[in-house]
Amino acid sequence: MIEMMLSTALVLFAIAIAIALYRIIRGPSIPDRVVALDMIVVNLISGIAVISVLLKTKAFLEVILILGILAFISTIALSKFIERGVIIERKRNR
Amino acid sequence: MSLLHFAIIAPLLFACFIPFLFKRLNLIHTGWFVLGLSIILFIYFLRFLPDIQHGGIQETVNWIPSLGINFTAYVDGLGLLFALLITGIGSLVSLYSIYYLSKEKEDLGSFYVYLLMFMGAMLGVVLSDNLIVLYTFWELTSFSSFLLIGYWYHKKRSRYGAQKSMLITVFGGLAMLGGFLLLYLMTGSFSIREIISIADGIYGDPLFIPALILVLFGAFTKSAQFPFHIWLPDAMEAPTPVSAYLHSATMVKAGIYLVARLSPVFAEHGLWLWLVAGFGIFTLAWGSFNAVKQTDLKAILAFSTVSQLGLIMSLLGIGAAALHYDYLDDNLYMAATFAAVFHLINHATFKGSLFMVAGIVDHETGTRDIRRLGGLMQIMPVTFTIALIGTFSMAGLPPFNGFLSKEMFLAAMVNVLSLDIFNMETWSALFPVLAWVGSVFTFVYSMMLLFKTFTGTYQPEKLEKNPHEAPVGMLVSPIILGALVIVFGLFPNILSTSIIEPAANAISPALIDAGQSFSTHISFWHGLTPELYMTIGIVIVGAFLYVTLPKWERIYGLFPKKLALNHLYDQSLIRAESGSLSVTNSYMNGSIRTYMIYIFVSMVGILSFSIIQKNAFAFTTDGLAPMGLYEVVLGVIIAGASITILVAKSRLTSIIALGAIGYTVALFFVLFRAPDLVLTQLVIETISVALFLLAFYHLPKINRKEERMGFKLTNALVAAGVGVIVTVIAFSALSNRKFESIAQYYIENTAEKAGGLNMVNVILVDFRGFDTMFEIAVLGIAALGIYGMIKLRLSRREDT
Repeated sequence: MIEMMLSTALVLFAIAIAIALYRIIRGPSIPDRVVALDMIVVNLISGIAVISVLLKTKAFLEVILILGILAFISTIALSKFIERGVIIERKRNR
Repeated sequence: MSLLHFAIIAPLLFACFIPFLFKRLNLIHTGWFVLGLSIILFIYFLRFLPDIQHGGIQETVNWIPSLGINFTAYVDGLGLLFALLITGIGSLVSLYSIYYLSKEKEDLGSFYVYLLMFMGAMLGVVLSDNLIVLYTFWELTSFSSFLLIGYWYHKKRSRYGAQKSMLITVFGGLAMLGGFLLLYLMTGSFSIREIISIADGIYGDPLFIPALILVLFGAFTKSAQFPFHIWLPDAMEAPTPVSAYLHSATMVKAGIYLVARLSPVFAEHGLWLWLVAGFGIFTLAWGSFNAVKQTDLKAILAFSTVSQLGLIMSLLGIGAAALHYDYLDDNLYMAATFAAVFHLINHATFKGSLFMVAGIVDHETGTRDIRRLGGLMQIMPVTFTIALIGTFSMAGLPPFNGFLSKEMFLAAMVNVLSLDIFNMETWSALFPVLAWVGSVFTFVYSMMLLFKTFTGTYQPEKLEKNPHEAPVGMLVSPIILGALVIVFGLFPNILSTSIIEPAANAISPALIDAGQSFSTHISFWHGLTPELYMTIGIVIVGAFLYVTLPKWERIYGLFPKKLALNHLYDQSLIRAESGSLSVTNSYMNGSIRTYMIYIFVSMVGILSFSIIQKNAFAFTTDGLAPMGLYEVVLGVIIAGASITILVAKSRLTSIIALGAIGYTVALFFVLFRAPDLVLTQLVIETISVALFLLAFYHLPKINRKEERMGFKLTNALVAAGVGVIVTVIAFSALSNRKFESIAQYYIENTAEKAGGLNMVNVILVDFRGFDTMFEIAVLGIAALGIYGMIKLRLSRREDT
C-alpha cells in the first residue's frame, strides 16, 4: 500500500518536473527559466527522498542536503548574473 | 688483453691524442706521429709471418660473453695479408699526406683522427674472428670513410659523395648484419672459425640462401661491385691520400676480404660461385669500359679500381669451384684463388702509386683533367717513371707484377670452360670473353692515363700553376710502391711462399693438405699458353683502339643518360623523398577531426576483426537483473537529452542537455544505490556546467552564428560503428563472465580489518589508497595548470 502511494508520488513529481521543463524550454524570459530550474531541483529533492524510502535506506539523505545547497547557490548565482552581468565581482581598489 | 688486441685498437687509442698533438706540437706536422705508429704496427705484423705458415694465432678478450660476442683476434694468412696492406700502405699514405696536406691551411687534427679511426677499424675488420665484432668495425670503416670523403665539407660535391657512399655502404652493412644473424641462427655461434668447422651441416638449411645473399650484399656494396659501384667515383672528392688509401688499397677490399673469409662457409653452393664470379666479371668489363670515358684522372682510377675489384671478385668466385673437385693433382681452380690473392697485393701496390701520381699532378699543375694536361714528361720525369710502372702493371705488361696476375687471371678464366657443374657449361664461354674485353679496355685506359698526361703537347696556358717536379718527400711513397711493383714482378716467389700460400689456405681450408701443389703455379709463367696469346691479343687490339680512340669515342654518347645508374640513384632518392613527403602530407593534414577518424576507425576495425576472428560474440540473458520502470524512464531521459545535444540549434541548449544527462546519471546512481557517487556527481556536474557556461559566454562575438551541427556521413558511420562495437563488447563481456568478483573480500573485511563502515571510502583511502593519492595529484596539477594558463602570458601580442 505504502509503496503504491510512494510510486504515485513519484509519478506526480515527474509530472511536475515535466511541466517545469516545458517552462525551461519555452519560457520567454531568463528569470522564468531560473525559477523553473529551481522548481525542478526541489522536485528532485522530494523524488530522491521518496526513492530512499522506497529503497529503505538512509544513505541518500546527504544527497538531499547537497541538492538543496546546490539549488540555492545556483539560483543565487544566476540571479546575480542577470542583475549585474558578473557572478564574482573584482575588487575595485587594485 | 693481449698485445695483438692493443695493436688492433692502437690507432683508435692514438686518435684520442691527435688533437693534443695538433694543438700543442704544432711546429711538427701531425702526420709524422701517425707515420711512426703505422710503421711500428707494420713491423709488428711482419713478425707474424713465420708463425702463420702453420695455421693461425688466436687471442680472445671477453666483451659480451653471455651473448657469445667476444673480441677474438685471429691472425692467419688472409688476415695478416690485409693487416700488412693496411699498415704498410697506411705508412706510405701518412708519409705522402705529410707533404700533400699543408700544415697551415688544412685542419690536420681532424684528418688524422679520421684516418687513424679508419686504420683501426680496418684492422679490426680483417683480424676479428667474431662476426658481430667484425660488423662493428665494418660500420666504423663506413663511418670514418664518410668523414674522410667529406673532409672538405664546404664543397658541395664532397658532401654529396660522402652521403652517397654512406647510404650505399651502410645499406650493404645492414644487409650483411642480417646475413650474420641468419648464420648465427643456423650455427649457434658468432665465431667464424666455428661456423666454418660446421659449415657442412648448414648447407641444406632454408636460411642458407638468404644468408648467402645478404652477406654478398654487404660485400658487393663495400667492394663497389656492379650495380653498387656508383659511390666510388663520387668518393674521389676526398683528399688524394684518402683516395689512395681507402678507395684503392684497403676499404674497398673489405668486401673482397669478406667473400674470401666466408668462402669456406658458402662456396659449396653453386649460387655463390655464380653470383661472385658473375658479378665480378661483369663489374670488370663494365668498370673498364666506363673508365675510358672519363676525363678526370681520379675518375679513371676510380673506375679502374671498380674493374680490378671485379677481377679479384670473379677470381674468388672461380676459386670456389675448387671445393667441388677432390682430386688436387691438377687443381686448376685453386690457382684462381691464388691469383686473386696475388692480384690483391699487386693492385694495392700499383693503384696506390697511381693515385699518388694523380695527386702529385693535381698538386703541381692545379688540374686533374686530362684534356688540359699533356707534355709533362720532361717536367716531371720521376713522376712519369712511376706512372709508367703503375700503368703498365695495371695494363698487364711484362715485366711488372700486373702481368703475372693478369696471366693467372686469364688462365683461370680459360679454365672455366672446363667447368661442368651448376649448368656452368652453357654460359662459361662468357667468362673468358668478358675477361678479355675488360682487359682490352683496361689496356686502353691505362695508356690514356699515361700518355695523355705525360706526352703530347705541353699547354702551360691551360694550367693554373707553373708545373715542376714534386718535392722529394711526396715522391718517396710512390717510389717505394713502384719499386715493389717491379720487385714483385721480377721475384714473385718471395711473396708466394711467405704470404699468398697461407692466405689461399685460409680461403680454402678444406684443401689445406695439398699446400705444395699450388706453390708451383707462380713459376709457370714461361711457356706458350693460351693466356699468353690472349695477352698478345689484348696488347694489339688495345693499342689499335687507343690510337683510334677519337673515332669511336662517340659510342659513349649513345648510352642513354636516363638509364645510367647514377641517374637512377639520384632519381630514386628524389622519388623517395617526394614520395614520403606526399604520403605524409596525405594523411597528416593537421585537422584533429581526421586524426580522430583514424583513431576511431582503427579502433572499430581492430576490435571487430578480433571479435570475428576469435568468434567472441556472445549474448545470454542469464544472471541479468530485472529492469524496473524507473530505469526505463531515466534511460529515455538520457537518450532524449543526448539526441537534443546532437540536433540542438544553440550551444546553450547543448550545455543544458549535457547538464541534464549528468543529473540523470546522478539519479541512476541513486537507483543503483551509490550514495557517494551521487554526491560527487551532483557537485561535479554543477561545476562543469558552470564552466561550460563560462566558456560559452566568452565566445567571440564575431562568427557567433547559431546553427545546427552539420551532418557528415563519415562522422555518422564512425560514431555508429563505435557505439555498436562498444555495445557488442559490453554484451559479450557480460555474457562471458568466468570468475566471481573479489568484492566479497571487501564486504567481509571493511569493518573487521580497516575499521570503517563505508566500503567505498575504505577502498578509496585504505585498500587502494595509492590511486587516490595520485588522483589528488592530478587535481593539484590541473589546478596549477589552470592558474598558470590564466596568469602567465608570455606573449602579449593580441591582448592589451
